Amino acid sequence: MIVIIDYGVGNLYSLTQSFKAIGAEVIVSGEKAVIRNADKIVLPGVGAFEDAVNKLRATGLDKVIIEEAQKGKPLLGICLGMQLLFDKSYEYGEHKGLSLIKGEIEPISKVIPKEYKIPHIGWNALHFGEKKHPLFKYLNEGDHAYFVHSFYGANCAESVIATAEYGEELTAAVASGNVYGCQFHPEKSGEVGLKILRAFCEREV
Amino acid sequence: MITKRIIPCLDVKNGRVVKGVNFQGLSDVSSPIELGKYYSENGADELVFYDITASAEGRALFTDILKEVASTIFIPLTVGGGINSLDDFDRVLKCGADKVSVNSGAIRNPDLIYQAAKRYGDQCVVLSADVKRVGGEFRVFAKGGREDTGMEALSWIKRGVDNGAGEIVLNSIDTDGVKKGFDLEMLDAVCKIVSVPVIASGGAGKAEDFITLFNTLPKVDAGLAASIFHFGEVNIMELKKQLAREGIPMRI
Repeated sequence: MIVIIDYGVGNLYSLTQSFKAIGAEVIVSGEKAVIRNADKIVLPGVGAFEDAVNKLRATGLDKVIIEEAQKGKPLLGICLGMQLLFDKSYEYGEHKGLSLIKGEIEPISKVIPKEYKIPHIGWNALHFGEKKHPLFKYLNEGDHAYFVHSFYGANCAESVIATAEYGEELTAAVASGNVYGCQFHPEKSGEVGLKILRAFCEREV
Repeated sequence: MITKRIIPCLDVKNGRVVKGVNFQGLSDVSSPIELGKYYSENGADELVFYDITASAEGRALFTDILKEVASTIFIPLTVGGGINSLDDFDRVLKCGADKVSVNSGAIRNPDLIYQAAKRYGDQCVVLSADVKRVGGEFRVFAKGGREDTGMEALSWIKRGVDNGAGEIVLNSIDTDGVKKGFDLEMLDAVCKIVSVPVIASGGAGKAEDFITLFNTLPKVDAGLAASIFHFGEVNIMELKKQLAREGIPMRI
């Protein structure tokens, strides 16, 4: 059973449907017991970092996520959910994250050329580097995923498993052991996205 | 590299696609669910559903259909038509829409864009503008292009972006339906004043019109069309392959 964590941030309908589409058993919940009992955890999120991390802390879900991840349970953060896994974010101030991935969240405006539009919206090609991570085992180099973001994972070189080119090489996905994160939206990336979710479902505890 | 997007737009009235489309293999040509699936499996980078329903019952039907579309299609979905309040945003987002397009609703209530962007984020709010040349200036039209608002379009669009619109759909009434190509002059004027993605709409008649669009105006992010896709005059996958051969970045 996969649990999609519901903490009042973002729209979980498409994400739930995409797991169902690949035949996965999925439940949406914000209850600690449900999250502890699940085999795998998905942390979604849309919106502002500060608001989201405050919501996780207020409900105590931050501790549950960290404990379960440290036990070795596969955890996938998506978009803002990925950013929350980092040490901290510089989105409107400085905010501490869950520190499951080493690095910081910074504005893409800091690194991309001026003529590039912000947010980075649309389909962009994924590049996997020399060694393709198992999360992408069903994908080909250059397959496209759908991005919508203005901030990105920086100083996380050791965890980067995919990048996308947008005037600069931006972090598209990260992994550290059993903790994974995608900056793009697999649930909006057509077949490519479903293949990533399928690979995640096949990761073992 | 980020790709240019090709977006088919479907008008839905009382739960059925207006001017149903006769594609091979489609059993029900006016089913939004079947058509949405067809387009998403055949190269569309995004779908726009436009609700032109007049009645409340029709609108309830539309939200049911949205849910079903969103449970079979895993590409971005934009919904427009009859969006006048935050409740309308909420209603369609809960059904699986990713972006909500506002037009007349934002003209009636200029605060709508700001409020929606604040609650759901800029990326969620699309300002759709129907624009026509009147007396030497670009003028915003409301109610599906029937009513001249008297507002100058460029300042209206600029204000919309300042208030939080994350994308602009620019529909030129002057070129709409003429099928002689997009309104490059109008698009260029808009691209010069905003820094958010601009989606060109109105005037596409053939594949070459998209090539001209992206080659002439590299700042345009996407091309939107309805009838030429619906009637099979332009096949989206073929179009994208042709654009890619021209060196325009595409998701093939």
